[in-house]
Amino acid sequence: MADLHVDLLGKRLAGPVIAASGTFGFGPEYAEIEDLRLLGGISGKGLTLHGQPGNEGERLYETPAGLMNSIGLQNPGVQHFIDNELPAMRRCGTTVWANLGGHTIEENVEGVQMLCAAGIDFLELNISCPNVKQGGLAFGIRAADASEVVSAVRKVCTVPLVVKLSPQAESIPEMCKAVEAAGADAISLCNTFQACAIDLEQRRPVFNNTFAGLSGPAVRPIALRMVWQAVGAVQIPVVGLGGILTGRDAMEFIMAGAAAVQVGTANFLDPQACVRITQEIGAWMDAHGVATLDEIRGCARA
Amino acid sequence: MNAISCKLQVLAQDAPAPDIRRLVVQWQDPRHEPHAGQFYMLRAWAPEATPVLSRPISVHDFDGQTGALTFLYQLKGEGTHKLAALRPGDVLTVTGPCGNGFDAAALAQRYKRIAVVGGGIGTAPLLLLCKQLCRAGVRADLYAGFRDEPYGLEAFVPWCHTIHLATDSGAQGHHGLVTDLLDAARYDIVLTCGPMVMMRGVAKLCAAAGKPCLASLEKKMACGLGACLGCTCHTKVGPKTVCKDGPVFAAEEVFD
Repeated sequence: MADLHVDLLGKRLAGPVIAASGTFGFGPEYAEIEDLRLLGGISGKGLTLHGQPGNEGERLYETPAGLMNSIGLQNPGVQHFIDNELPAMRRCGTTVWANLGGHTIEENVEGVQMLCAAGIDFLELNISCPNVKQGGLAFGIRAADASEVVSAVRKVCTVPLVVKLSPQAESIPEMCKAVEAAGADAISLCNTFQACAIDLEQRRPVFNNTFAGLSGPAVRPIALRMVWQAVGAVQIPVVGLGGILTGRDAMEFIMAGAAAVQVGTANFLDPQACVRITQEIGAWMDAHGVATLDEIRGCARA
Repeated sequence: MNAISCKLQVLAQDAPAPDIRRLVVQWQDPRHEPHAGQFYMLRAWAPEATPVLSRPISVHDFDGQTGALTFLYQLKGEGTHKLAALRPGDVLTVTGPCGNGFDAAALAQRYKRIAVVGGGIGTAPLLLLCKQLCRAGVRADLYAGFRDEPYGLEAFVPWCHTIHLATDSGAQGHHGLVTDLLDAARYDIVLTCGPMVMMRGVAKLCAAAGKPCLASLEKKMACGLGACLGCTCHTKVGPKTVCKDGPVFAAEEVFD
């Protein structure tokens, strides 16, 4: 049996598959559906310091191989999360990733301080949400803006700091280098791709914000290219995500050099996707005589 | 809520009306039995096949003795057409039971005169509701509205006190709206599922008569488990997920 564990920033992950933010609630929603102890971690629904109600109008739209969403960072706020959701998240038996975005640097800093004090395993700083007008993506386009917020957060973050990047960044390699230099411990990429759909009957955009975030198999090859670029640009670990649906998809990211992967949209079309993908990776490794992920991580770059 | 994800075998499928299908599958897990008003995410195609998302379909009937689980649904798009192609012996993937549903036992204990109001395919979840209310001691009055020819009503007969029918076309029953027939003041509570415009009308009648009303909502959803927040509805007590907090809500929380 292949050894699927991953050592990431001093934490031992049971497997290479982490549930992606925004697709898994805070974990308990899936507790009776699959064995969460087999996961590498759960990245919770994206938080903002004060919480927000999310977007009005349509929030979901299907495309031939993808899903567009415009949730708009609906979340209960950091303190509510700490008091009400974090205890159950901790009982899921896997690493806890708190995903935090903010409208301002000050909000990010305050949120990170509260979350670190409350006890989490990883802080995933979201500078990549395409669905809120302010914050989120505002820090995720230009490397200089990202550098500023990551530097500020780094000073107060006492747990491993993972910065989640947007595919809308001006330059992926430059963005990766900037957040590494600013003190990120790891990078996760990528968040959803900005996209658009028009309602022919209404003769207007489907989404109130006009643009929404596209995820799912449609984006996977582009996400893989960006993960490849990120791995080549920095020394810190890169967690890859974007449209992973099968163990083979996940293996592509790992062979490109990803330390671990996140699985998002696949949870909707198969609520047991995280465990299934983990098992498919294990089966592939067994069939090919690969004992550990270290043996094949980045092998495609050789 | 105790949703699980599993594969089920199809027992039967028939067509009560040209665009309506009745699908019976074999439920396996006695520890996670559905009750009225709950739903399942159904998928009769591979994870990588289209449509991307599974389809949320309400429980029409459930036989606790045999495990026969029935869905009544309308053919709308690619997903429901793929479900309609299922034949006895085929296997589909389901996640459920999802949602809060109706607590029929508590309702029957608290309320003695109950009206159940359905519109079109919104009548689907009301059969198990009427059945469970009847078993709990209350035979509800059913008010059903359809655009044209009604379907599925014969199944309600053993479980309801009276059945009142309205059709938009006048094909059968009252020629007009189902809400024309409802005198909310005669009831202790009204339970409804159907088009939003109909449920809003029912809620209005109940509010005017000072009677409580529970409405079962429908929204596009991705996960069915309360995780994605794609089906959020803004209620007077804050944002709620239709899939997990609902689909059944107090009407005054969701309608003005």
